[in-house]
Amino acid sequence: MLRFLLKRLALLIPTFIGVTIVAFFFIRILPGDPVQVLAGERGVSPERHAEVLRQLGFDLPLWQQYFNYLGDIFRGDFGTSFASKRPVIYEFFSRFPATVELSLCAIILATVLGVPAGIVAAVNRGKWIDQATMGTALVGYSMPIFWWGLLLIIFFSGYLHWTPVSGRIALSYYFKPVTGFMLIDSLLSGQKGAFLSALHYLILPTVVLATIPLAVIARQTRSAMLEVLGEDYVRTARAKGLPPRRVVALHALRNALIPVVTTIGLQVGVLMAGAILTETVFSWPGIGKWMIESVNKRDYFVVQSGLLLIALIIMTVNLIVDVLYAVINPRIRHQ
Amino acid sequence: MTDITSPSPAPAPAAAHRLAGLREVWFYFSHSRGAVVGLVVFVALVLVALLAPWIAPHDPVFQYRDAFLTPPVWQEGGDPRFLLGTDAIGRDILSRLMHGARYSLLIGAVVVSLSLVGGIILGLLAGYFRGWVDALIMRVMDIILAFPSLLLALVLVTVIGPGLFNAMLAIALVLQPHFARLTRAAVISETNREYVTSARLAGAGHVRLMFSTILPNCLAPLIVQATLSFSSAILDAAALGFLGLGAQPPIPEWGTMLADSREFITRAWWVITIPGIAILVTVLAINLIGDGLRDALDPKLKRS
Amino acid sequence: MKLMKTLMTAATLVALLGGSAYAKQLVYCSEGSPEGFDPALWSAGTTFDASSRAVYDRLVDFELGGSAIVPSLAESWDISEDGTQITFHLRKGVKWQTTDYFTPTREFNADDVVWSFQRQADPASPWATYVDGASYQYFDSTGFKAAFKSVEKVDDYTVKFTFNSADSTVFVNFPMDFLSIGSAEYAAQLEAAGNMGQFNTLPVGTGGFQYVDYQTDTVIRYKAHPDHWSGKEKIDDLIFAITKEPAAAQEALKAGQCDVIPYPIPGDVDALSQDPNIVVSQTPGENVGFIAYNTQQAPFDKKEVRQALNMAVNKEAILEGVYAGKAQLAINPLPASSWASDPAGTIGTYDPEAAKKMLADAGVENLSLKLWWMPVARPYNPNGKRMGELLQADWSAIGVNVELVSMDWPVYLEESSKVDRDGAVMIGWGADNADPDNFLGVLLSCAAVGSNNRAQWCNEDYDALIQKAKGTFDQAERAAIYFEAEKIFHEEAPWLLLAHSNQYLAHSKRVLNFKQDPLGFHRFDGVDVAE
Repeated sequence: MLRFLLKRLALLIPTFIGVTIVAFFFIRILPGDPVQVLAGERGVSPERHAEVLRQLGFDLPLWQQYFNYLGDIFRGDFGTSFASKRPVIYEFFSRFPATVELSLCAIILATVLGVPAGIVAAVNRGKWIDQATMGTALVGYSMPIFWWGLLLIIFFSGYLHWTPVSGRIALSYYFKPVTGFMLIDSLLSGQKGAFLSALHYLILPTVVLATIPLAVIARQTRSAMLEVLGEDYVRTARAKGLPPRRVVALHALRNALIPVVTTIGLQVGVLMAGAILTETVFSWPGIGKWMIESVNKRDYFVVQSGLLLIALIIMTVNLIVDVLYAVINPRIRHQ
Repeated sequence: MTDITSPSPAPAPAAAHRLAGLREVWFYFSHSRGAVVGLVVFVALVLVALLAPWIAPHDPVFQYRDAFLTPPVWQEGGDPRFLLGTDAIGRDILSRLMHGARYSLLIGAVVVSLSLVGGIILGLLAGYFRGWVDALIMRVMDIILAFPSLLLALVLVTVIGPGLFNAMLAIALVLQPHFARLTRAAVISETNREYVTSARLAGAGHVRLMFSTILPNCLAPLIVQATLSFSSAILDAAALGFLGLGAQPPIPEWGTMLADSREFITRAWWVITIPGIAILVTVLAINLIGDGLRDALDPKLKRS
Repeated sequence: MKLMKTLMTAATLVALLGGSAYAKQLVYCSEGSPEGFDPALWSAGTTFDASSRAVYDRLVDFELGGSAIVPSLAESWDISEDGTQITFHLRKGVKWQTTDYFTPTREFNADDVVWSFQRQADPASPWATYVDGASYQYFDSTGFKAAFKSVEKVDDYTVKFTFNSADSTVFVNFPMDFLSIGSAEYAAQLEAAGNMGQFNTLPVGTGGFQYVDYQTDTVIRYKAHPDHWSGKEKIDDLIFAITKEPAAAQEALKAGQCDVIPYPIPGDVDALSQDPNIVVSQTPGENVGFIAYNTQQAPFDKKEVRQALNMAVNKEAILEGVYAGKAQLAINPLPASSWASDPAGTIGTYDPEAAKKMLADAGVENLSLKLWWMPVARPYNPNGKRMGELLQADWSAIGVNVELVSMDWPVYLEESSKVDRDGAVMIGWGADNADPDNFLGVLLSCAAVGSNNRAQWCNEDYDALIQKAKGTFDQAERAAIYFEAEKIFHEEAPWLLLAHSNQYLAHSKRVLNFKQDPLGFHRFDGVDVAE
């Protein structure tokens, strides 16, 4: 097991270096630079322009900038945002909890609804309930997510006035962030109703973000269950006359869940960094939206370090999933 | 499987064999109602796309300056000239949708071809040669996969400049590692099979072994993945269009149509709803086909 | 469903009960996040609303709801005979804000003024680059830096500025945001603590509202400065809830979650006005949207070609399709409300046939034109792409082959300034101050070729008039000179003039005394809310 883990970790090193190269050079190939963006229609004099670039160290040869950047990263310095003049790491962690909160809620919702839906569909294979569930799942899977978000806003916020349009909590509540997770902070604040309010603001974005993972999980659960239900030991259990419910619960489910857990794990990685569209539609103050804005502003340090941090998170989540999978399923280790 | 005694496999039996295989796939495929519905819708879309210049009631870029934001014909204020209404500068939405079908299908086809070809070549090389070739290729794939795909596509498009073709390139690049991984895994499991060893002993070269001996036997998962990628390419292109980096004006690409009409969310529902439905229906049809193909090609599911 | 309703009722109920019934609170759903809180570093209106307009005061200020200049931290001022010196007499007894992070030991005085200007003017000041990439860009780009010679403290309540030459466009800079007055004492404390960056994150001013907290991209909170020199503001808590989607802000206004929203979608304005609880106000915008031809590129160097292109454009369709009818077609390159706008200017005629003939007479056939469309929405042009599509159709109608091109906004800005640019570029301008030179000089003078003069148009007669006006201090005299310059502009047609878009603002009926600002600021001084 340890060897497996070490091997996986060793594989991460070249990937990590590759990621730093991509993150660093991408933003620099982009035409235009942050000084011009800031100046807007007004423009900036060439002397002033050169001076600011020099202050930022952008006049050095690229390779030298790259090694400075690598060195800074290993010292834990991710640079300063040009747009806000604050450390990138500070900016990142003031937005990251919002993304994590939304993603976790979405994945929980998707799992809680998706796994039972998949089981029900598998057990009733071919019946109308199977077709209805899987049909719905396929529609969800095919949904253009930004359009879906807009439709839900029109209907639930604009027409029914049930949910707020954007934001994280009603403005009448005010407390200093402790963890950055609004649900937790609202409880810690001890203010009455704050938690409910935070939940109320989370509902719509969560539903939108959960749509695709929900469909994926339901489909995956169904096919994993079908596979397991066809295996010999389940047939034996059935033949022994065990009640079908027990067969499903005891024998089939446990084995079917292995690939499902993997799917869920991989979805977490996708969601955490991939909530861009949902964040854009709901003006959710998370990292996806921040990255897009920073690319547009040519905020070099934010983009290079932000991309790197996001990639690190995805890599870590995938590693954890791999390791978990190997723990559950020993055959993998020897491949 | 393939003829193992002769170095040049006789073409006739192989073709017959393939035909039988196809017939079997079609047999299972046509038994899935969803897949058939998907196929019918998809064929209809292709026809609309091909015939758009003749069947579209209007020129998709012509602006009726007297008819900005006309609602669909069944709604009060509708104009019988414009079945699904007009957009913000008086262009017929139905005609734009019909022409837009060309772009969406084109996007799907181009992206899938690019990523399929790229992914297969890389995957074959990696799986066949193993060693450092494999390590190098797979690490590059890992790097691509370490970034959220939409974000990576977005940065790529910003680098090479916004536009439909560049958007397709970027999407193809971020979808391609899936094909490479799939091919590699299939190749590795096939390489040690008897028929490959025999072909090698019979003196087949690398290229021949890779492409005509191993590849045909790994096709099933690739076909399924290709169908799924077709739909995600359309969705991703729409998303890029939505973020302002897709097709350039006055091209009637669906995602761009949607993005352009965002401001009308509260007062002209049709300009925002209709292109969305078009995207949803197309993607749904393709996914139905994909599911049907997967079931038809997957022997495990056939058995039970 | 039921759960949702219960949640909603519970949340609103508790909000009503638990919300501070005694404190007056106003929620402003701002359109974006501030770049920072030191106004001198930045250029976005959003940043100014959140920093200078709320927290800081200036020596002089724009009157509430207008662009006339009124006393603020300076009670009066004298301009020397030769126009090169301005002396300000400062207000006494002005108190700095006391916050968690700063407790002032003295009142506002001349040291604060000197420091606020020196830090931007003196490259040797430790404040010249107090954060990475700090750039006092407004100080530079408005020409203030070039004009500025020195600032000196005469006594605690008198400050004297000296300028390099007599220039009637200098004084109008003083009410602008980059010349907000900061506390020299606070700055010295930060400098001693080695924590100068804080000046941009935790502001201290003399203004009506003091900073309480900012949660990135979400909400900024202020409370009334209890000792403000003009008395405490009527609102106790001012909240900026950052809501980047205008549609979302509109819904929030209807639902009562916002009291004021800055940029309702022009097309939705009529529907919003129908709501009995909402007031929509509008002012003609101090901006202009236009297309700049490249007058140095053949065949667009011929004025006949430019005139013909202008004549082929159906501006009414653009007004309807792009601005939703919520703009004024421009008759001059500066807003019609300006005293320097010649009432004889016109929007021009729409006559495709005559345009075709004119092109033929000029000997131009098979004309091709690249049209650059803006990839971003700006107050002066809400939808560059749609405008591009409309223009393409109009110009195609007279046989001009139009290719629409665009690029990322920063690149667009840079490339479109270049003298050898290929094609006509869609662009615009929002006023920094009410001076006509801010349009007629900044955008069209010979000195601005290669930068803000995107038509690359240098007409000697025009330029001479603009320079003459700059040295003229009498308003009527200056206006006459500008009228003459505008005639040359119309004859030479370096631009296709489009529109001044109206600025809209919507607020709930419970907000009282809110005055919309013609320069586009969002100010909350003097505003009250009904109980």
